[in-house]
Amino acid sequence: MNAQTQSSGRFLYTASVILLCAWVIVPLYFLLINTLSSPDTVNSFPKSFVPEFDLGSLQFFAGFAGMLTALKNSILVAGMTMIMSILIGAPAGYALSRFDFPGKGLFRLLILLTRAFPLPLLALPLAVMFIRTGLDDTVFGLALVHTTLAIPFSVLITFSLFSGIPLELEEAAWTLGCTRLTAFTKVVLPLILPGITASAIFAFVISWNEVFAAAVLTIENRTLTAFLLQNLDTSPLHLKFAGGFILVVPALIFIFAVRKYLFAMWGIANR
Amino acid sequence: MAVIEIKNVAKRFGEYQALHDINLTIADQEFMVLLGASGCGKSTLLRIIAGLETATEGEVWIGGKRIDHLPPKDRGIAMVFQNYAVFPHLTVFENIGFGLRMQKLPNDEVTRRVERTAGLMHIDQLLKRYSGELSGGQRQRVAVARALAMEPDVILMDEPLSNLDALLRMEMRAELKGVLAESNTTAIYVTHDQVEAMSMADRISVMHEGRIVQAASPIDVYRDPAERFVAGFIGNPPMNFLDATPQGAGQFLVAGQSFAGPSANKPLEFAIRPEDMTLSETGLTATAKVVEPLGAHLLVTCEVEGKLFRAVLDSDLRVSMGDTLTLAPMQDRIRWFDPDTQIAVK
Amino acid sequence: MNARYLPYLLILPVTLFLCLFFLYPFILVAQQAFSVDGGWSLKNFEDVIGYWKFPISFQNTMLLAAAVVPVQLALALLMATMVNRMKKGRDLILYVWTIPLGISDLAAGIIWLAIFEQSGFLNSMMQAVGAIDRPTNFLSYQNPGIVFLAIALAEIWRATAIMLVILVAGIGLIPKEYYEAAEVFGASPWKRFTRVTLPLLRPSLQTALVLRVILAFEIFAVVAALGGTLFPVLMGETYAYQFDLLNNGAAAAMALIILAISIAFTLIIMRALRVPKGATI
Repeated sequence: MNAQTQSSGRFLYTASVILLCAWVIVPLYFLLINTLSSPDTVNSFPKSFVPEFDLGSLQFFAGFAGMLTALKNSILVAGMTMIMSILIGAPAGYALSRFDFPGKGLFRLLILLTRAFPLPLLALPLAVMFIRTGLDDTVFGLALVHTTLAIPFSVLITFSLFSGIPLELEEAAWTLGCTRLTAFTKVVLPLILPGITASAIFAFVISWNEVFAAAVLTIENRTLTAFLLQNLDTSPLHLKFAGGFILVVPALIFIFAVRKYLFAMWGIANR
Repeated sequence: MAVIEIKNVAKRFGEYQALHDINLTIADQEFMVLLGASGCGKSTLLRIIAGLETATEGEVWIGGKRIDHLPPKDRGIAMVFQNYAVFPHLTVFENIGFGLRMQKLPNDEVTRRVERTAGLMHIDQLLKRYSGELSGGQRQRVAVARALAMEPDVILMDEPLSNLDALLRMEMRAELKGVLAESNTTAIYVTHDQVEAMSMADRISVMHEGRIVQAASPIDVYRDPAERFVAGFIGNPPMNFLDATPQGAGQFLVAGQSFAGPSANKPLEFAIRPEDMTLSETGLTATAKVVEPLGAHLLVTCEVEGKLFRAVLDSDLRVSMGDTLTLAPMQDRIRWFDPDTQIAVK
Repeated sequence: MNARYLPYLLILPVTLFLCLFFLYPFILVAQQAFSVDGGWSLKNFEDVIGYWKFPISFQNTMLLAAAVVPVQLALALLMATMVNRMKKGRDLILYVWTIPLGISDLAAGIIWLAIFEQSGFLNSMMQAVGAIDRPTNFLSYQNPGIVFLAIALAEIWRATAIMLVILVAGIGLIPKEYYEAAEVFGASPWKRFTRVTLPLLRPSLQTALVLRVILAFEIFAVVAALGGTLFPVLMGETYAYQFDLLNNGAAAAMALIILAISIAFTLIIMRALRVPKGATI
């Protein structure tokens, strides 16, 4: 009796795990079918539940006017965001983890505030400011806004990463002949590099996925998300699906690459 | 030559005064232990000498040179940390050679020194390993070897053995003492473990609430505590205390018994170590409360005039709970303290 | 020594950056929202709130948040506890469950469009089992309930992962001994969950809820992909003011309204889930 309830509980558990996995994967699979089907199939009914491995939709996507430029813009913006958010954010993360200084509380508040703010809304006044400074409709201008989005995360994540490196290691390096700078480059940096890479990738994904600010701030130099959003009403289904697929692929790879750090990063960013 | 002079060093963290006006001179090649409970300021003092912390006031001199304004790397010190601080991304070889590489020594000199110190610490078989593949004891050896390889004037150790298990700690204690004696360096060693302090030190500085209470050889600290705090801190179990009333002419009444004491004509505290008493016909009357046979001897916790009083007796004796004992203190081991100033009275 | 100034030097870049691209534009939005033709005025707010679409888009946003966030919380808690007792395959399962974390709201909208559109997979499945003869157009004005459901499902599908990650990290911080102690004192698994896990998880729950609720009020691209103009929401209206109606003042006022709602809910959640001082792990 007891063994029976235990095994049925076991079954229920396994079944729910599989069900929840299916819940995540099946919609992605549907998108994959549509992407790997010819435009005609995509618009036909009923749908087959196996892909026909036709690259017609993807070819159409690649040939669609402006699409490849949008893809290139997306990569550029995300790449710049990644570099800027780490270069600007990591020093602050280091300062938070290593020093107690007057104003630290205020600074943390500023960082948390940005996270609690509907940031894409700032794109509205920035549009005006950018027109004045000639940054409007440029890849760099958008990257600046996306960096604002990514910075709270990069500060908090690098803060937690640096906190994971015992101060004792740095102190040992100082007593062994290092300055603050050489102790950082010889000891802290090699230990932190994988984590920094993960948080850089995180910043990349934030920028890559951002829709609202991208749509507001770019007109000619649209990113992929902005381009797709703008053409939602008019573009044919197979274009939407192929575009959606291209949007998803890097995300899949990135999440896989940073999976080890995802939890460590959030564990401390919590506090 | 590396004499260390600490002159009027004080340290405040905001409102909290961690160190009060510390003055201490440590002779060349001396093994000095800073002993105290956690929070007494011993680690802070060590870190000020290392340059990891800045003193609020005072000066630190090493080898006749004032160094308190210098960064750690320019002080001629090496340090062993409590958690060893072995760099996880470097092999044992590169860990030991880290400081030498920073000094840009030629490769063959680095190899020579690394191999010599690794041999000294018996880790020459581990040179290619990473810290993740080492046991706690092995990491400890790497940390010491790394400090020794620097051939420093002064070696600073912050509770280096506290993370090892008891048996390993005893083994490392003896080994460390031997290695350091041969290296001719001045050593400052921080610990809260009095056995470690007694067994290793040339001199012990007992610290309490940010002050050095007594700095003397281990046997002096044990036999002649300068303050009541030291008497109650050193020794396991520590000294017993009883109130003493003056009877004039250097005589004091303690628990109904008369003892010869200092000439001071005021109430004092009588102190005696638990092992400095024998069972006798005349002496202090004590009621046994707890009897603990510890093998080598018998620890009896008693009450004398309603006060807790411990005696360490011969293990052959038969003592049971509730027995009345007459304990005779050895006259030359009795110490006296002034209850107002807490200082020893001769 | 320079050690006293070093931390300030290190936080200087972020501070400057945030002042320029966060505080400054924020002030500009506020200014724009509260002024008409250069003078101080509440007219923008009156216009925005008085517009016929405002009540419906406000209601839609709120309803969506109310429907989505509790489901996400329950689902994330369930998944987190399941992962917690998993021995083998934990990493793989976690990877699968966190995939949506990297997927943009626009892509999520498109993914669920593939299911709900007229020639999509839902219709195909229903036809395959013989439930319908001809595909129905789910995402039309005749089926407002299904439009809402599609958007809610897409949101739940996409954004549960962020809560999951925060909660898994939070559960990881709770020492195992507490559960063992509770078990020794006779607590059932359910009691262990409600009496040990939930209270100790409060800081993580706080973070997860605040983040999720704020993002729920910003919902935009999922709606655009699935509902288009059928389902107006606050953020979509803001976008429309800026681009279709070219009314910057109104867009700014909308932005501030969304901000006010976000702040109000943040405060409510922080208050409801506050941790007594000293009661942390």
